[in-house]
Amino acid sequence: MHKLQDFVTAWAIEVDALVKRFDALTAVDGISFSVTPGTCVGLLGPNGAGKTTTVEILEGLQEPTSGSVRVLGKRWADDPEALRARIGIALQETRFYEKLTVRETVTLFRSFYPGGTGVDRAIAQVDLGEKQGARVGKLSGGQRQRLALAVALVGDPELLFLDEPTTGLDPVSRRGLWDVIEGLKARGRTVVLTTHYMEEAQRLCEDVIIVDHGKVVARGSPAELVAAFGGEQIIEFEATPALSPEVCRALPGCSSVRARNGTVRLSVRGLAEAVPALLRAAETAGATLVQLSTHASTLDDVFLNLTGRSLRDEEGS
Amino acid sequence: MSRSHPLWQLFLMRMRALWREPSALFWVFVFPLLLSIALGLAFRNQGAAQLTVAVVESPGAAEVEEALRSTAGLRPERMELAAARRALSGGKVALVVMPGPAPGLLVDPGVPEGRTARLLALDALQRSAGRRDALVVAEEQVSTRGARYIDFLIPGLLGFGLMSSSVWGVGWSLVQMRMGKLLKRLVATPMRRSHLLLSFLLSRLLLAAAETAFFVVFARLLFDVRVAGSLVDYGLLSLAGALCFGGLGLLVATRADNAETANGLMNLATLPMIVVSGVFFAASNFPPWMQPIIQALPLTALNDALRAVAIDGAGLAGQTGRLLLLAGWGAVSFVLALRLFRWT
Repeated sequence: MHKLQDFVTAWAIEVDALVKRFDALTAVDGISFSVTPGTCVGLLGPNGAGKTTTVEILEGLQEPTSGSVRVLGKRWADDPEALRARIGIALQETRFYEKLTVRETVTLFRSFYPGGTGVDRAIAQVDLGEKQGARVGKLSGGQRQRLALAVALVGDPELLFLDEPTTGLDPVSRRGLWDVIEGLKARGRTVVLTTHYMEEAQRLCEDVIIVDHGKVVARGSPAELVAAFGGEQIIEFEATPALSPEVCRALPGCSSVRARNGTVRLSVRGLAEAVPALLRAAETAGATLVQLSTHASTLDDVFLNLTGRSLRDEEGS
Repeated sequence: MSRSHPLWQLFLMRMRALWREPSALFWVFVFPLLLSIALGLAFRNQGAAQLTVAVVESPGAAEVEEALRSTAGLRPERMELAAARRALSGGKVALVVMPGPAPGLLVDPGVPEGRTARLLALDALQRSAGRRDALVVAEEQVSTRGARYIDFLIPGLLGFGLMSSSVWGVGWSLVQMRMGKLLKRLVATPMRRSHLLLSFLLSRLLLAAAETAFFVVFARLLFDVRVAGSLVDYGLLSLAGALCFGGLGLLVATRADNAETANGLMNLATLPMIVVSGVFFAASNFPPWMQPIIQALPLTALNDALRAVAIDGAGLAGQTGRLLLLAGWGAVSFVLALRLFRWT
């Protein structure tokens, strides 16, 4: 048992000025952050942003070039085996032995941990009870990710690292996995999640760290980030002929204008003033609005405003 | 060891992966069986090997044909001279006999069958011309077990099989685990790395024992090949070989992280030995200057030791040098591999 004091006084994770270089490439470029025990933190960013490298250093799988890392109050150099017993990991993709069954795989991993949950419980937690006798090779993508999660859970970890747990899954499987992760959060585990799905971070994380080109570009709760960087509302429209950016920028409450493939995207403070103004501007310019939609801004919009790139563009690349 | 001991669980993982993988079982058991059947048939000792001899159509051909037909081991066939020459150069006949008052022979002395046919045919012709033997020689016909090609081949194939299954079984599995990030996932747990490697060696030993038993049984049933020495010694040698080559497999797999590199390295490690280490023919066929290298190779040591036990009935005591050589190769590979091994 760990003393209550450990949880009260210590950060679950402390990262200070972390740098990781591979030859000419700097994957992590001076990242610092800390994680409160019992929370779910999302590392958000496009592929190649340095999320996985950061997480693998936290997991003790890679050595940092410089900077320091403390996990559960310990350094990796001190007692790696004891630390490994206290964390659970789901890598971005692990190909478990295809010829083994779900149950055999979880049992194997259970044998490495001094303590831990029962095999049955780990399988039940990820909802794979019906598939426990199935060979890993016969599982669907979503079921494989659940297996990876069961394997991460079987040591009853205090800290859980999930590296893009839902990448490549269909929306139904993704929602299913979110339910499982929410269940874990309800049991008070600290979770570090990397993702490039904004919806995922918004739904699961209390705290989001946005990473781009190896640096932290913003940090806060999803609501704080949206309020600070998202504008409050987003208007997307298409006009023929197109309206000039100057006209758009002059609309009341407009904080940013981006045009892409003919669709213009405006961040505005209030729809009540901006939409009528937009309609008037179109009329003045003699343009017809082909399409018009609005939504409350999301983390996706935050990312776009911060980096000028959409996370969705990075998918599948 | 309890059922939940990590070493037992890792060992189970290895064995299950093998038993549930038909292609792995094919390469370990079926392939050597098919190979030995094919080679055993190709090089079988024909009880009454018949050498075909052409008798050129001419007056007197009938008498000559009759004389040759009554000689054991010769099978005369009448043909025109041109056809006979073609048959000789095509290897279809061993000898061409041209009957006449002064009979002639056409033969290629570089071909062993030609030399044998010449001796037999000359003898038959002389006898039919009235020659009397000056000596009566007593002759007893025996077929020595252990002197056939298949007796030579089986221990070599066992050595070859042990090397292939060990190098590929250990090396290829590890590279696949690295490629699928399973190695990385395993070392992120508190698992002891030595347990993983030990599980590979233990499953290898079990498989090598099964492989050896299988070889002994099928060689006996199919070809009546027996092990002259002790079966226990034969088995122990096989296990030593499997451990040595398991170490080599580990060394080959230390850094490779893609299938092409792994394939290349494993072929590089095994193919030369398959050629020079006396699997299909004796290593002594290679020139003397190559012998120091060939004799230092682990497969040569294993094959020679297996043959010494199987054919000459030698004991393990006489094989100390070869066992030390195997142990040396295994130990050096293992230690180097542990130093260089890339887990992530």
